[in-house]
Amino acid sequence: MVMLTDAWLIARKDLKLEIRSRVAINQVMPFALLVLVLFAFALDPDRGLLEKATPGLYWIAVLFSGLLAMQRAFSLEAADGVTDALRLSGLSPAGIYLGKTLSVAVQLLVLEVLLGIGVAVLYGTSITGWLLLLVTIVVATAAISTAGTLFGVVAAGLRVRETLLPLLLLPVLAPVLIGATRAFESALSGTPSEGWPWVGLMSVFAVVYAVAGIFGFGPLMEES
Amino acid sequence: MTTETVGSVEASASGPTSTGSRTTMVLGIVTLIALGVLVLFGLILSPADESQGDSVRIMYVHVPSAILSYAGCFLTAIGSAVFLWRKSQWWELVAYAGAEVAALFTAFTLITGMLWGRPTWGVYWVWDARLTSEALLMLLLLGYLAVRRLAADYEVRAKRAAIIGLLLVPNIVIVRQSVQWWRTLHQTPTLSLSGAEIQGLMLFSLFTGFVAITLVFIWMVIHRFRVAWLEEQLEAEGLDTAIAERRAEGVIS
Repeated sequence: MVMLTDAWLIARKDLKLEIRSRVAINQVMPFALLVLVLFAFALDPDRGLLEKATPGLYWIAVLFSGLLAMQRAFSLEAADGVTDALRLSGLSPAGIYLGKTLSVAVQLLVLEVLLGIGVAVLYGTSITGWLLLLVTIVVATAAISTAGTLFGVVAAGLRVRETLLPLLLLPVLAPVLIGATRAFESALSGTPSEGWPWVGLMSVFAVVYAVAGIFGFGPLMEES
Repeated sequence: MTTETVGSVEASASGPTSTGSRTTMVLGIVTLIALGVLVLFGLILSPADESQGDSVRIMYVHVPSAILSYAGCFLTAIGSAVFLWRKSQWWELVAYAGAEVAALFTAFTLITGMLWGRPTWGVYWVWDARLTSEALLMLLLLGYLAVRRLAADYEVRAKRAAIIGLLLVPNIVIVRQSVQWWRTLHQTPTLSLSGAEIQGLMLFSLFTGFVAITLVFIWMVIHRFRVAWLEEQLEAEGLDTAIAERRAEGVIS
């Protein structure tokens, strides 16, 4: 119970910081849209390639712009010894982990909605299979944010954190990328039954990382 | 895990004092003999395959090293778990040695696999489930090693690497499952050896390969562990010496 109230506190703090600093709105979201435009340059927009590749491009854009949000989740506390303050605050480490995960997840969800509108408008993708799409988004977001927050703290406070986090996180998230892409593909092609096993796999992934984060965050936070 | 135990990784008193011992020397000689037997059977005595020709000989080292690359990851996960639980530096170094040797074997598996694939399939790489998971395994191990070799305090890099090492096993399971589905839901797997029955001298050569490559693996892990142990001892000793020298300076002047 304490864990959940702590999580709520941390998530509110982080989201408030994001809203006030406007980094997510002014930098991360424009970057996400930029990625979508870059894909159009890289692939021929006239031959329907973009529409065919929408699921993959969508999730690549989510991962890359999400990485920025996850870097932020810990660089917020990098300056002025705020990490120590957080450690001294008496909040339970599991609560801090869940709070940060929640804050990252909320930002990812906003990004995903924006990118969804982006692909529908820019790539002309017609959207079908709403139930599977929405469940995939929720489960994949949970998977990305649980793993991202855990690896975020592994890389936090190091001089090499900007280069280390993508190296650690992207191979780990490969199954989520595959799963979310395939689930989107089956939803958009009107065969949702093929997508549900992927939702299951991503749920297992999210649970594994949530458990690892809840238990691993304490030891990771104790050293500096 | 309580706060008191953190920050004091206990170094066991009895550790190796050199990179080898009499036992590892015997092990090394046995390994060399086994490799010689493997060369004899794999390259000379065993026949060429009907469909694959001489390139089938690559399999005698490729298959064992693929399996041992996974064994190395399990060793790393076990070492990391015991380190996080008991704060034992010994196990942390076992995990590190396992990961490094596993990365080497993964690279060897990928290279031999490509050399086999080129004459057999006509291409170095196909997006087969097994190939893809081996490649991802390599990237996961590189991530572990990147953290383990950070220019940071031993405490910091050991603990962070151990969390990653512990997660290697669930990661591998999930990665393998996902690429399996990825390649089978939409098309049949490209690689299929099930039609080819291996028997006789070829089976024996593969068996020899398993024995020889496993011995190489064990020999490498032991030596890597001993070197890592000595490195950490030297670092700790170097710090003590430096502190003592500074103190001495203070006394004189």
